[in-house]
Amino acid sequence: MTLDVRMPIGLFFVLVGALLTVYGAVTRHEPGASPTGVPIDMVWGAVLLAFGIVMVMLARRARGPRRP
Amino acid sequence: MTHVTGIDYAVMVLYFAFVLGIGVLLRRSVKTSEDFFLSGRAIPAWVTGLAFLSANLGAQEVIGMGASGAKYGIATSHFYWIGAIPAMVFIGLFMMPFYYGSRARSVPEYLKLRFDEKTRGLNAISFATMTVFSSGISLYAMGKLLNLLLGWSFDASILVAAGVVLAYIFLGGLTSAIYNEVLQFFLIVFGFAPLVFLGLRAVGGWAGLSARLAGAAVANGYAPGAYTHSWAFMDHAAHNPVGVEWFGLVMGLGFVLSFGYWCTDFLVVQRAMAANSMTAARRTPLIAALPKMLFPFLVIFPGMIALVVTPPATSRAPSAQVAPAPGTAVTTAAAPAGVVPPKLDPSTGAPLRDARGRVVLDYDLATPMLLLNFFPAGLLGLGLTALLASFMSGMAGNVTAFNTVWTYDLYQSYLRPGAPDAHYLRMGRIATVAGIAISIAAAYVAASFNNIMDFLQLVFAFVNAPLFATFALGMFWKRATGHGAFAGLVAGTLAAAAHHGLSLPAGASVGVKGGYLGVLATFPSELAQTFWTAIVAWVTCFLVTILVSLVTRPRPEAELGGLVYGLTEKPRDMVAHWYERPAVLAAGVLGLTVLLNVVFF
Repeated sequence: MTLDVRMPIGLFFVLVGALLTVYGAVTRHEPGASPTGVPIDMVWGAVLLAFGIVMVMLARRARGPRRP
Repeated sequence: MTHVTGIDYAVMVLYFAFVLGIGVLLRRSVKTSEDFFLSGRAIPAWVTGLAFLSANLGAQEVIGMGASGAKYGIATSHFYWIGAIPAMVFIGLFMMPFYYGSRARSVPEYLKLRFDEKTRGLNAISFATMTVFSSGISLYAMGKLLNLLLGWSFDASILVAAGVVLAYIFLGGLTSAIYNEVLQFFLIVFGFAPLVFLGLRAVGGWAGLSARLAGAAVANGYAPGAYTHSWAFMDHAAHNPVGVEWFGLVMGLGFVLSFGYWCTDFLVVQRAMAANSMTAARRTPLIAALPKMLFPFLVIFPGMIALVVTPPATSRAPSAQVAPAPGTAVTTAAAPAGVVPPKLDPSTGAPLRDARGRVVLDYDLATPMLLLNFFPAGLLGLGLTALLASFMSGMAGNVTAFNTVWTYDLYQSYLRPGAPDAHYLRMGRIATVAGIAISIAAAYVAASFNNIMDFLQLVFAFVNAPLFATFALGMFWKRATGHGAFAGLVAGTLAAAAHHGLSLPAGASVGVKGGYLGVLATFPSELAQTFWTAIVAWVTCFLVTILVSLVTRPRPEAELGGLVYGLTEKPRDMVAHWYERPAVLAAGVLGLTVLLNVVFF
């Protein structure tokens, strides 16, 4: 296959994760930002970011050895 | 009406961009019709496995299982732990060698190779019709939900979703659908996991949820544990909210319906057929089974939580349209109100009440309402995108199955045989456009005549119920003949219609729910009636196929190599490690499933 599916998935979650983390950090003191008392945008954004990085790394590692 | 903010739209736009980008990138790898319809049989097992799971993760799964969770409690897990998982293990271990090994390009084509042209034709036509209408029904459900919750335009919602699905399948074919299904899988997991986390936290964990659901159970006339134990109250249909006893459950759901769906439906089987080797094809459903067995926590728990949770004080959610009218108790005083709104009478706007005067809840809104109550801006975008992804992956599954069956089994077989491959590739793209256009039309038909869709789904259920008997006999009994298979399928479908027409669920009125041929039997619930209809259809098909086969001429054994057990070489596992063997994987999957059944007994 020409495209390793982990690459687009990884990049998507890196971007969404970064977006949510930053947004969560900026808005965490606004009313309604954490309806349950957990700054969930920040926490979950970081989780998504980490997952995205792992996926991108796996895709890069798989591609690596075949390079000339 | 919940206000969706810029950050939420940003997540959605990002998702659409990636989905379309995958289609664009894959466009150059589609050169032949086999690339377009079967991904060139070149995809690794973990990718086809997640796609196998995701193609079935449509609206019915995410919204429907949440609704059932609110309605029946943890017993809904039977759809997974007695239903899907054993069937997925069976197809991986025993049936995939014939599907993949026969080099059939579709499930109807297997029927043609194993039986005859008429059996293939019957299956191909009913399947193709079914897929476009199912995708239309799912589209309609999506448009209605987004309109109700967010105030989005019904037309715009379905046109945008359908347009995006069209674009990525048109460009990249099955590979594009499969790659996007893997992205959708992760999105659904990451979109719903925080919902379960926040929801469980709000009700005090599993212990708190059990205690609150005990109140709801007692209020509805069941033992306190009826919503939190999957097997303990299955001794009698009246003891559990599902309204089914263990035998009807195990035979009807566990055997007939689940094996009928997971082992014969081309929508899921197509994903395994795209795998890059026989071993990968066999591992596809087994790999899918691992996350599948954990899905109850992701899709059923939100429904259970929604029934009893107290919404957070700062929640942005309750919209005037779906919140209960002031002064209306959602359930009796003993049960906490939760966030599930009542079903409203479309003419008066007042909450509907059942025969016993209790308010009827709109269970389909259980999961979406929990989402709106617990997710702040940002995460709400992720949750809504996950919801959209589930609708789109379900639709894409239907459309890719439709374009393949249409092109190979109907167009190439009956209308235009012998054309060059490029012609069929072009036809596949045209069928994709046509399939989506029919889906959109079906969505509008559903919007104006709801009963027509109920009726169609009923007919599909009749057609599907006997299917597994035909495949089981075809694969494991070399004496089964084409005439036998065809007669069995027709008889099974008619038997299903007759059984449904002669029975009625308690409290329902004669019509689309049954009883149109006279009421000979009543069932405690609609699900019980469905399960028994399936059992009757399966047994009829099984017996008729055997009887007709015995009096018709069998095909010579030499023609059945690769198609029937006993005349096919046992597949050899091509794996690097012992734990990658399909049999080892299957044993692990079954062991974990038994464990889950025991934990929630």
